[in-house]
Amino acid sequence: MSTNSSEIRYLTPPSVEVKKKKYCRFKKNGIKYVDYKDPEFLKKFLNEQGKILPRRITGTSLKYQRKVSQAIKRSRMIALLPYVTDLLK
Amino acid sequence: MLNQYETVFITTPVLSDAQMKEAVGKFKDLITSHGCELIHEENWGLKKLAYPIQKKSTGFYQLLEFKADPAFIGKLETEFRRDERIIRFITVKLEKYAAEYAEKRRKKVNAKTQSEN
Repeated sequence: MSTNSSEIRYLTPPSVEVKKKKYCRFKKNGIKYVDYKDPEFLKKFLNEQGKILPRRITGTSLKYQRKVSQAIKRSRMIALLPYVTDLLK
Repeated sequence: MLNQYETVFITTPVLSDAQMKEAVGKFKDLITSHGCELIHEENWGLKKLAYPIQKKSTGFYQLLEFKADPAFIGKLETEFRRDERIIRFITVKLEKYAAEYAEKRRKKVNAKTQSEN
C-alpha cells in the first residue's frame, strides 16, 4: 500500500526536454564577418517583434553577439530590417 | 593611407530613371575625382523599405565600394546630407575580415552577372 502511493504513474512519460548543447554558429562555421546587407541571415537573430535575441537563446559567443547586434542596427538604419514590427517571420 | 570603405545609400523613388542615374553618377564622379579608386558598385534597384522614410515606402538602393583616404569621407558625407534626393546613407570602413568578405561577395556577384548576360 505504501509503495504505490509514492509511485505516481503518468499516462504518458514526461518528455524531459533533452538539453541540446548550444554552440556559437560563428565559431563552428568559421564565419568572421557579419554582413549588415543581407537581412535574411540577420533575421535568425530577431524575434517576431524584430527585437535582438539574447545570447542565452541563440548561444552565440560575446564577441560575435556584438558584431551581430552592430550589423542589425546598421541594417535597421538603411531600412533593410524594421525597428519594430508585429509578425516578422 | 588609403582605407577601404563601402557606402550604401537610398534615393527617393519619386525620381525618374535618368535622375536616379544622374544622382548616382554624381557620387561616382565625386569619388573618382578626389583620387580615390572606385572598386565595385551595385544597384539593387527599387526595394520596399522596412519602415517608411520621409513618407515613402520604397527606394532605390545603391552600393559603392571604394578606397579613399579618411579626409575624403567627411566631404562625401556632407555631400550626401546636402543632396535631398538621397534619403538615407551609411558609410562603413571595411577592416580585414570585412574586406575579405566583400572580395568574395564581389566575385559571386560578378560571376552571376557574367552567367546572365
